Amino acid sequence: MIPDSTFWFVTAVLGVGTYLIRFSFLGLLGGRQLPDWLLVHLRYVGVAVLPALVTPMILWPAANGGQLDPLRMIAAAAAMWAGWRLGVVWAIVVGMGTLWGLQYLTSQFHLG
Amino acid sequence: MKVAGKMASVETKAAFWRGLKDCSPFIVVVIPFSTLFGVVARDAGLDILQVVAMSAIVIAGSAQFTALSLLQEGAPVFVVLLASLAVNMRMAMYSAALVPHIGAAPLRLRALMAYVMVDQTFAVSVQTFEAEPEMPLDQKIAYYFGCIVVVCIPWYICTFLGALLGQAIPTSLSPDFAVPICFIALVAPMLRTLPHVVTAGVSVLAAVAFAWVPWNFGLIIAAVLAMIAGAQVEFWQRRKARGAEL
Repeated sequence: MIPDSTFWFVTAVLGVGTYLIRFSFLGLLGGRQLPDWLLVHLRYVGVAVLPALVTPMILWPAANGGQLDPLRMIAAAAAMWAGWRLGVVWAIVVGMGTLWGLQYLTSQFHLG
Repeated sequence: MKVAGKMASVETKAAFWRGLKDCSPFIVVVIPFSTLFGVVARDAGLDILQVVAMSAIVIAGSAQFTALSLLQEGAPVFVVLLASLAVNMRMAMYSAALVPHIGAAPLRLRALMAYVMVDQTFAVSVQTFEAEPEMPLDQKIAYYFGCIVVVCIPWYICTFLGALLGQAIPTSLSPDFAVPICFIALVAPMLRTLPHVVTAGVSVLAAVAFAWVPWNFGLIIAAVLAMIAGAQVEFWQRRKARGAEL
């Protein structure tokens, strides 16, 4: 359980912080140009943070007691492929579909 | 004069509808993504008000998922905030990129446009503004709001619906897995260039290498290393391209 006070504090700070990031150049700094080296780094922030966040969730899922779960790893790889080749929605459909399919099969054949 | 004013308003309306139409394909992304956020957040123990408030205050899916999953793991508050704000830092780039196009709009409009700035609407509107630099400011603003309406309104409604649905989903369906899947869905299509692929690769390897660091701080280390790696590959590519020109 997430304590209420922690939740509201994080939401408020995240909301204000995110707003300031969005407003930054458009609102406060006007037309001032960002230095190129900074723009280049900013370009990779999203793709730098998200994989690092996902990796432990795939390798050591809390729902599996923090143990390796081959089914989740296969489903994640399938989602990755679908997202790369087909787009966002297919990544969700293929990822969840693969996990459910594999869970069903292993329960049928008592492999799990 | 009166006729010209009327014409302008017709064109402004047309620009609004065009923005709405150009962004409408993203509805198929926004609906499942926001519904999943609602479901997962309820699953994490938030109440419906908290779920909807978070979506309305933050309106940034990946940062919301980041904050939620780190809160659930019991990470310290400063790590939760640092990681989720880092996820949103890309929007500083969006903000800078929009200045040449809509920077001349009145402050109150810019303040509103900043609040609803999201990946899809940014990408579509900047693409249009760059293709049609002669578009008048009022039409650009109308176009931008057309984009916003079609993405943000489903975002609010579907988070709420997801929160209602929430605990009706049995744990045998592994709703927890929807969180990493959503992140993968966001990242995979970004892997279009070498620097992006290198960034993601370094991010994964460093996340494993620094998993032992307490307070989830390994995440921050991995992200910083990966970002530097991506930028360095881009600089290297530029030097190579310049070398080829000479």
